[in-house]
Amino acid sequence: MTTKDKYKKVAYYPGCALEGSGHSYNRSTKAVGKALGLDLVEVKNWNCCGAMEVKNVDPKLQTYLSSRVMSVAANEMDMDVVMAPCNGCYHNLKKAEYDLKNDSESVAVVDRLSKKAGHKTYESGQVETIHALDWIKDTIGEEGLAARVKNSLSGLKIANYYGCMYTRPRHIFPEKDKGPGSESTSKPHFMDDLLAAAGAENVDFPLKTACCGGAHTLSDSDISTKLVLNILKTAKLAGADVIATECPTCHSGLEMHQIRAEKTLGEKVDIKILYFTQLLGMALGLKAKKVGVHENISDSIKFLKAKGLG
Amino acid sequence: MPIHEKSLIRPENLETHDNLVIDGVDVSGHWSTFIKTRVVSDYNETLQEEISALPGGEEIHRCWQCGSCTNACTVNEVNPDFNPRYWIYLIRMGMESELLRDKDIIWQCVSCNKCTYACPRDVFPEGVMKATAHWLERKGHTPKSPSTHFDEVFTEQVLKTGKIEESRTMRRFFARTKQKLLQPWMIEMVKQMINGLPVGMLTRMGLATLIAPRTSDWSKASAAMQEYIDEQHEKQEQALSLAELVETAKNDVAA
Repeated sequence: MTTKDKYKKVAYYPGCALEGSGHSYNRSTKAVGKALGLDLVEVKNWNCCGAMEVKNVDPKLQTYLSSRVMSVAANEMDMDVVMAPCNGCYHNLKKAEYDLKNDSESVAVVDRLSKKAGHKTYESGQVETIHALDWIKDTIGEEGLAARVKNSLSGLKIANYYGCMYTRPRHIFPEKDKGPGSESTSKPHFMDDLLAAAGAENVDFPLKTACCGGAHTLSDSDISTKLVLNILKTAKLAGADVIATECPTCHSGLEMHQIRAEKTLGEKVDIKILYFTQLLGMALGLKAKKVGVHENISDSIKFLKAKGLG
Repeated sequence: MPIHEKSLIRPENLETHDNLVIDGVDVSGHWSTFIKTRVVSDYNETLQEEISALPGGEEIHRCWQCGSCTNACTVNEVNPDFNPRYWIYLIRMGMESELLRDKDIIWQCVSCNKCTYACPRDVFPEGVMKATAHWLERKGHTPKSPSTHFDEVFTEQVLKTGKIEESRTMRRFFARTKQKLLQPWMIEMVKQMINGLPVGMLTRMGLATLIAPRTSDWSKASAAMQEYIDEQHEKQEQALSLAELVETAKNDVAA
């Protein structure tokens, strides 16, 4: 089976954020999948991946939580690919996979906890975890996407923002940095490629993998505001009208601290923040509401209408 | 300036004379500033072992002080005192009192992992920062940071229900850190968010705050994880008492 066929039906792991603040990412991912004829089967009775918070309490506990999600997909649903659109979930499943392949202590802890919890222990290699970007890029590709575009994104200047968890640390992403066709951890381009295929003009954005301070968005808000402000201003200076995101923590961080920067520092940066799936969905002819633009905190509807989208 | 000399040139360690003549040469003024001699004797010889006993700190011994971590660091760009390389140096040297000067900022690491990406020795500086922040708290040098409170509130919810419902986590975090939930920028955010949202969506969000989403059949997993956490906690407590143990042993020998 080629990658193309393998990814056409995947186990879908939305994760907690996509049921809350990142609901528009959930909605738009599903809508894009449907429009492209791709099959998403939600992981049954899934649990939190452990996020950064449980990892901070104990990294092996996070490995267990992520392994349970993969165990359900592999052992209870007989799936071999898990697609996670959230960078945090994607990162954690990848990290668990790496640890279970390379660290015998992690294997022992996961085995013990799985047995006590009463489910099959996940074994490394049972599933492959991919991001929503891999999913669309590898099944449909740029050419396929371009052929399906009904409403070109031409005239939209986009800064593609990938954040931290999609590329770092590199050892948990063995498939990246493998030359042409693969994703780069220093200059990721999958989102750029897809949006360009949909007609958008990507600006040269130096902060693609900068940190938005998402880890401390509430516990140390001042630093998050500074980091976000830097990202917003740089994108604006690079000529972008829109920052495209692919992570719910980054996305809501940018939206929240865009407001906070204005309220606490008096710095207003007028730039729109949209999930790449929202942009792709509209390029595929979907209405703004179908991809949840109204569910975002910042208001982009008028802007999109003026550009002939949504 | 080599990093280990940083502590030597603090204002309190410098001496300048307004009128000083040595061997007939006038050496008055700032150009002939002297660094006072200093004897360091309060090394904590087990500091590195203690940090490596905490999750994330395991590989600290691999560091060869190239400085790639600090060079890549997100927080260092905002606050030059945030210096992972320097702290790793102090820990490895056992210079606890120097490390304690920065005790209130070490928790501010944003876990962006730029350091881990840049590190040529697989030290995992991000993990070392977490271990050090936890060490400071566990040893009683600092109160729990807002970040630790957040991690704990979050983990408690995952253990209880298997999933996170964000507004609940937020409310509990603000309550535990004794902050007002309704800060002006947050009110503005909620206003913008509600604006344009359909009633159905608002109802769904409202319901989620009342009935937490949960993973079913979670109690056994939850109990197993709690048992594991307690066990690890116990192990770490023992590892962190090492200093006292060594001290007691020394006193016994001396007696």
